[in-house]
Amino acid sequence: MASLHHSSAVKAAKVLMVGAGGIGCELLKTLALSGFQDIHIIDMDTIEVSNLNRQFLFRQSHVGQSKAMVARDAVLRFRPNISITPYHANVKDSDFNVEFFKQFNVVLNGLDNLEARRHVNRLCLAAEVPLVESGTTGFLGQVTVHAKGKTECYECQPKPAPKTYPVCTITSTPSKFVHCIVWAKDLLFAKLFGDKNQENDLNVRSSDASNSPENGEDVFERRDNENIEQYGRRIYDHVFGYNIEVALSNQETWKNRNRPKPIYSRDVLPGKLNHQNGNVDKSCATDDLSSVSTMASLGLKNPQDEIGNLSFDKDDQLAVEFVTAAANIRAASFGIPLHSLFEAKGIAGNIVHAVATTNAVVAGLIVIEAIKSPLSLEINTHHSKLRDFVEKIVKAELGMNSPIIMHGVTLLYEVGDDLEEDMIANYTANLEKVLSELPSSVIGGTMLTVEDLQQELTCNIYIKHREEFDEEKEPDGMVLSGWTQAPLEKKDDNKKLVGNGGSTSTALPTEGQKEVELVEISEETEISGKKRKQPGISGDETNNHNEIQKLDVVDDGEDDLVILDQCDIDKKKKKRLQ
Amino acid sequence: MDGEELTEQETALYDRQIRVWGADAQRRLSKSHILVYGMKGTVAEFCKNIVLAGVGSLTLVDDRAVTEDALSSNFLIPPNENVYAGKTLAELCCNSLKEFNPMVRVSVEKGDLSRFGGDFFDKFDIVIVSCCTRMTKKLINEKCRKLSKRVAFYTVDCRDYCGEIFVDLQKYIYTKKKLDENNQPTTVECELQYPSFQESISVPWRKLPRRVSKLYFAMRVIESFEEAEGRNPGEISMEDLPAVLKLKKELCEAQSMNESHIPNALLERLVMGKREFPPVCAIIGGILGQEVIKAISGKGDPLQNFFFFDAMDGKGVIEDISPPNV
Repeated sequence: MASLHHSSAVKAAKVLMVGAGGIGCELLKTLALSGFQDIHIIDMDTIEVSNLNRQFLFRQSHVGQSKAMVARDAVLRFRPNISITPYHANVKDSDFNVEFFKQFNVVLNGLDNLEARRHVNRLCLAAEVPLVESGTTGFLGQVTVHAKGKTECYECQPKPAPKTYPVCTITSTPSKFVHCIVWAKDLLFAKLFGDKNQENDLNVRSSDASNSPENGEDVFERRDNENIEQYGRRIYDHVFGYNIEVALSNQETWKNRNRPKPIYSRDVLPGKLNHQNGNVDKSCATDDLSSVSTMASLGLKNPQDEIGNLSFDKDDQLAVEFVTAAANIRAASFGIPLHSLFEAKGIAGNIVHAVATTNAVVAGLIVIEAIKSPLSLEINTHHSKLRDFVEKIVKAELGMNSPIIMHGVTLLYEVGDDLEEDMIANYTANLEKVLSELPSSVIGGTMLTVEDLQQELTCNIYIKHREEFDEEKEPDGMVLSGWTQAPLEKKDDNKKLVGNGGSTSTALPTEGQKEVELVEISEETEISGKKRKQPGISGDETNNHNEIQKLDVVDDGEDDLVILDQCDIDKKKKKRLQ
Repeated sequence: MDGEELTEQETALYDRQIRVWGADAQRRLSKSHILVYGMKGTVAEFCKNIVLAGVGSLTLVDDRAVTEDALSSNFLIPPNENVYAGKTLAELCCNSLKEFNPMVRVSVEKGDLSRFGGDFFDKFDIVIVSCCTRMTKKLINEKCRKLSKRVAFYTVDCRDYCGEIFVDLQKYIYTKKKLDENNQPTTVECELQYPSFQESISVPWRKLPRRVSKLYFAMRVIESFEEAEGRNPGEISMEDLPAVLKLKKELCEAQSMNESHIPNALLERLVMGKREFPPVCAIIGGILGQEVIKAISGKGDPLQNFFFFDAMDGKGVIEDISPPNV
């Protein structure tokens, strides 16, 4: 049997992968094993330690290197003779224009953000190249196919926007821990360590129209006679003490809300601060969630002038500790439950939780979809007759015995025992007609449906008109290509090809979406039926679940493994010509 | 800090997955011992997944030499003959797997698994068998069941574009979070009872619901054929097809089931599909990996008790094939 992954279509295909991370590593491996020989891969990132739990092509020694390059080298080790072209670049670069995309048979996305996905979607539409989209987070995964002219594009379904919060909630009236994190990260951290000239809402008070610093002096500017420790305590007192007192003075704000408590460093600090090598330690919150008076010693790594332009990086341990501590102090002040360093890091860093298994499964599904380019037949629709199509393609190549051939709702031909006289006459006449002159004209762009009910085989064949054929290589004047269950052997007259069981799933006229959903809720989430989101996880990994249809397995809460049927045609209903 | 805590190295490496299943589950993983038999493509995928997950140890058994078929779907085997000559599949896979996670002890065991005694299997928490005759599956399953500690048993087989997983967790107790009447989170204890492989496949076919996956029956026919002919698993080809179809007819008669219930076309695919299809290996290996992680961590509803996948129609189905009293 001509195995699918040695098919010439796969061998000749040129594939573009966007992303060499969690999905990318699994995908590249599976593509290589499946017989793809020309793969291009774009990724602008470098390897980090936290990648290694699932991006198995990378090792500890590769940390810091380009993902695209290392992934390529790793796969060449077990498939040395294929071509993998890596690009350590941003897919939004102008180099990757429509012309670039046009060279590929299919584009496979393994991205982690909405913006890049949109960008790729538009380029694929412009280049008229099919796109297989995918995403995973935790145990949830999804694969969708977008082919211009046949299915909706990626952006046809609205995607949820990333969560944002009103400014006054952050600056004045936080009620959740995440508000404190945003305050600590985007306001306090940014003000202290970031760009001095950047606008910052830190001193904005909901009732105060004026934003100018008091006494014309910038509170955050370190004074000449101040050492680090003094500076630290002063800032501490200002943001956690003074600012709160000022906010409290506006009674309106607190009519229906719990009043926050100002916190001063003298109340919480021990006698002296910790010093280390002359650099004052950053504050570090303990994990003691029950203690309101979190012991914190606020210090600075370096005065702002020397750093100038630090932005929060979740992999900077000190930054994470600082933000966690600041957020927890603020939370304590406002009566919001404290969080551990681990939890805070996840929220502040927009960390997407991830495991290897989900990515492996999704990668498998992506490759299946990539291989399933729809069956298409190149044929001269003005010269070839229906009879040729039936004998040479439907019976010989596809191995159907009792085929039914339809164009939309029109039955062009069928074989059966219980047919009426006039229908038989109709079909006999049709056989002798050229395709373009059939009652329902079959021309370039037509989609024919060919079925054998007994074999439980259905195929959609996309007709492409072609004028000339090579007399030697293509004596029949017809070329069939694409995914089919029946082996596409060049027919041997003695060999009878038996159709295969199961239904076909080729690309659809309307929606081409296949979704596999592995549902798991982690400890913190509540379960009620078919739920998902873990609180505190923001970022772009939200999945579009609008198309979810039948579930084969009832989920009764947490940790269900649910596999969905394709929400599409399994069997087209037979429509009789009236 | 007691010795039970995860090390700093582990926390850094496993950060993203700890956010999924928690530190407690991660600790349990690091103490678990897995035995795997039959290093085909799907099993290679499974091994990759659980090594990355951070299990305590993984022991591989497969004394076979490298073949073309093995190279085609197993990415753990270096294709260089100078490298693989003289080594068994288990040895080659072991070397590759170690690289994925230095914290996992990966090793090789040689010999005929069906001859090992109960004390051997007692060393493990999880046993996975693939490329096995029906007899061997039953035998090893029984040995696991006889032990006083619970050893979870799985079989996995992929042929053509299809895959099958079987799960036996014996008596399995685990906790789940649920919402009570007041919408407050609470934990409930669940108990599941699993039949052995023998018990499961002995359920008369006509007693099973009509919609049960045809792949289940087809796999049993192939299994029966290989057993009757004394073949090694997978040692079947086009020439055998007429005999297989004949056997199908006989089995269906014996089971009082209409023979058209098992499509000949499906049997043909399974007979001719010698090589595994890499995307199916990835899918089945991924799902099996997740099942094992669930069983070790005690979190999440485990699959009960068969799983089938066919890339042709993209359907993944869970079937519960148990005798009525279970």
